[in-house]
Amino acid sequence: MVKCTGLHDDTVTVVIGGEAGQGISRSGVLLGKSLMRAGFHCFGEIDYPSLIRGGHNFYSLRASSRKVHSTSGRIDLLVALNKESVLLHLDKMNSGGGVIHDETVKFENDEIHRNDVTFYPLPMSEVVKELGGPTIMRNTVGLGAVAALVELDIELLKNIVKETFEGRERIIRINQEALQKGFEYVIEFDYGFQCNVETGEKPDRILLTGNEAVALGAIQAGCKFYSAYPMTPASPVLHYLAGHDEEAGMAVIQAESEISAMLMTVGAGYTGVRAMTSTSGGGFCLMTEALSFAGMTETPVVVMIGQRPGPSTGLATYSSQGDLMFSIFGGHGEFQRVVVAPGDANECFYLTTEAFNLAERFQIPVIVLTDKSGIESHESVESFDLTKTCIDRGKLVEKWGKNEQYLRFKFTEDGISPRAPPGTPNTMVLASSNEHLESGRTTSSSDPVNAMVKKRALKEPYIRRAVEQLDSYKIYGDPDPDVTLVCWGSTKGPLLEALSLLQAEGVRTRLVQVIFMEPFPLDLPEHLEGTVILFENNSTSQLASLTRMRTGYIFPHMENRYDGRPFEPEDVRDRVLEVIQC
Amino acid sequence: MLTMKDLETPATNTWCPGCGNFAILNAVKQAIIQLELNKEEIVAVSGIGCHGKITDYIDVNGLHVIHGRVLPAATAVKVANHDLTVIGFAGDGDGFNIGLGHFAHAARRNVDMVYIIHNNLIYGLTTGQTSPTSRKGYVSKTSPRGAFEEGINPLTQALTAGASFVARCYSGELKQLVEVLTKAVNHKGFALVDVLQPCVSWNRVNTYEFYRERVYKLEDESHDTSDWRNAFKRAQEWGDRIPIGVFYTEDRPDYTENFPPLRDRALVKQPLTPDVSNLLEEFR
Repeated sequence: MVKCTGLHDDTVTVVIGGEAGQGISRSGVLLGKSLMRAGFHCFGEIDYPSLIRGGHNFYSLRASSRKVHSTSGRIDLLVALNKESVLLHLDKMNSGGGVIHDETVKFENDEIHRNDVTFYPLPMSEVVKELGGPTIMRNTVGLGAVAALVELDIELLKNIVKETFEGRERIIRINQEALQKGFEYVIEFDYGFQCNVETGEKPDRILLTGNEAVALGAIQAGCKFYSAYPMTPASPVLHYLAGHDEEAGMAVIQAESEISAMLMTVGAGYTGVRAMTSTSGGGFCLMTEALSFAGMTETPVVVMIGQRPGPSTGLATYSSQGDLMFSIFGGHGEFQRVVVAPGDANECFYLTTEAFNLAERFQIPVIVLTDKSGIESHESVESFDLTKTCIDRGKLVEKWGKNEQYLRFKFTEDGISPRAPPGTPNTMVLASSNEHLESGRTTSSSDPVNAMVKKRALKEPYIRRAVEQLDSYKIYGDPDPDVTLVCWGSTKGPLLEALSLLQAEGVRTRLVQVIFMEPFPLDLPEHLEGTVILFENNSTSQLASLTRMRTGYIFPHMENRYDGRPFEPEDVRDRVLEVIQC
Repeated sequence: MLTMKDLETPATNTWCPGCGNFAILNAVKQAIIQLELNKEEIVAVSGIGCHGKITDYIDVNGLHVIHGRVLPAATAVKVANHDLTVIGFAGDGDGFNIGLGHFAHAARRNVDMVYIIHNNLIYGLTTGQTSPTSRKGYVSKTSPRGAFEEGINPLTQALTAGASFVARCYSGELKQLVEVLTKAVNHKGFALVDVLQPCVSWNRVNTYEFYRERVYKLEDESHDTSDWRNAFKRAQEWGDRIPIGVFYTEDRPDYTENFPPLRDRALVKQPLTPDVSNLLEEFR
């Protein structure tokens, strides 16, 4: 049993803030893991500008005894690695909250306007100096203090430090000492909230990001080839796979551009291996010519897009849902594709494994559409149930007899042709970017062109049926609602939180999460009851346009946030209350 | 034993009569026969332009890609199945305008493939525009006052990028072309074969006559192919005398040797029995 009482609700939020390069993200993950091991659910989010040193970064870790779907925007405890962090976040502190900071930071009287917040000056720099550690270790002292204040077993943190720095005995020792010092400095303070942890059965949970879940999904799907060009926020997929290529049995290439990455992915798909790339919107721009090539050559490929705000470079390190239409319509010419938008780390894993099945079964590109908030945030989830994943390679040819001529684009009832890897005896595999005959050879004659265009289009109902079996959307909350909220992608998190808040206000609320964007679920409007409000992290309500285009349904209310930050649950609640009170 | 006929396809050839592409197609087929390759284990990767049609005209596996993108696609084919022989075909516009960004990378990676440039110093299929390898001053409908850019030299590009086999041939010297192509296929690594070929429809300057008067064979001048500096010097010759033959060769590990998962067998031949259980441990 774990119990958690925050200052504002049933969650506790710890924010670690400072400059880039101060180890903020790593500290957040260490704390998150410790809390998870203590039995808590965690959600952690990093907010950082696009630079390597300086600026202001902060990691928000929200924990609770119940599942946490997003950060809240409020803070119980702040670990401030510089003065700026205090000044920037003080307004967000819950009453009764605490600020842990280095005692060398001095405040002027007029800078601190909160009498309801306790300050815990710690000799962070001095401790680090005494131990002979690097400046970056100041955050470890801070974590020790956090553990004391939230009554977290310090041994959990010490163990994780040991695992993290495995083999580096001195680093482990001084970090553990730093934790202990931080812990001891504040242990005598009486703090306003409690996290009581009782040891016992611990659920089998993992703490990971959506990016890591996508990478693991690709490995679990048997992806053998991955090529990508670094681009925030998708680069961690490349990092993870490059670091685990042997275990994954995967060739991992850092390509010279997204143009190359996508061409490589299609080239690998042509040979018969499962292949994937990932990028953000700007990289996907460069990929669209080869996406269209995959469409023409009916080559299975999986592309993960991690959205960030555009246009152009936009806000490189923030989140957006501005590429929904682009992911569906990007690429010249008309071809089938699937676009699937996972809403959390769990869905990132399972839907990535399914993406490979859909790509191979229908010999089409499949786009896994994610966003920065979804893929760079850490989330504690039940460890993946691998029995829920499967591999379906569709009409992949293993052997071909001598008697029948192999035709790569043979006309079939469902438009899907047997797909032989080149090198298969008795086959000759020709795939062309030109319109082609069943053999793959170029044609521009009217009848065969018509026939081949129709052949590719034949797949559509089969793709739709397959997608419908995978949950095109999910419905949460009230079966008989007064209000229906609609979301997609990472917006699911704060909207699920808001759902509970609205229910607590006595508003009968339902939440509909759209998962498959292409083919679009045509029966979606049947579930939109009461006052319907769509929430998106873009400025033009692209899902509203898409829904209207595909179903004729017109959303009466659209709410948007487009500054790159996620919705905050309480803000969602207030916006909903405002709409229904109008 | 394969014959020339075994490598034919039913497609109607639409190259102009007299086009240098015929010699390249012919030479590639002869090289395949001489090397006794299994045609089912060859992949031809071609770009867009007159040359790109070659995948329709030769009965091997084919990947006819988009403009300028032969190299990334070919690189992936080789990595995904290194048992295949990969032969890339690109035009000078395809390979050295839009595709130049990939060239240095394929060379420095030392992808084990042959990269044949159908170099006619002009855009053919789009009706005669200036190409990146057109010489300075070349007059065409896109450079009516004469091209004011210096022409790109595929050989010096290859040598500086780290290509491990660099050759130039002339489509009018078929015997040497076949010889060089067999060496290029046998070379373990990235082999550039730049083939000078007259465009009989559009290029009135770099004609058969132009080349016949100028080309000379490096092997006749006891050229040392292991001498990079000398190769670079020779590669810069263009005027009254134009050298053809193998300029440079170097033994060095090819790209696929860098990937641990490829050690036992080709990726595509490995079973799909994934299990991430162990990988999940670090997240607990």
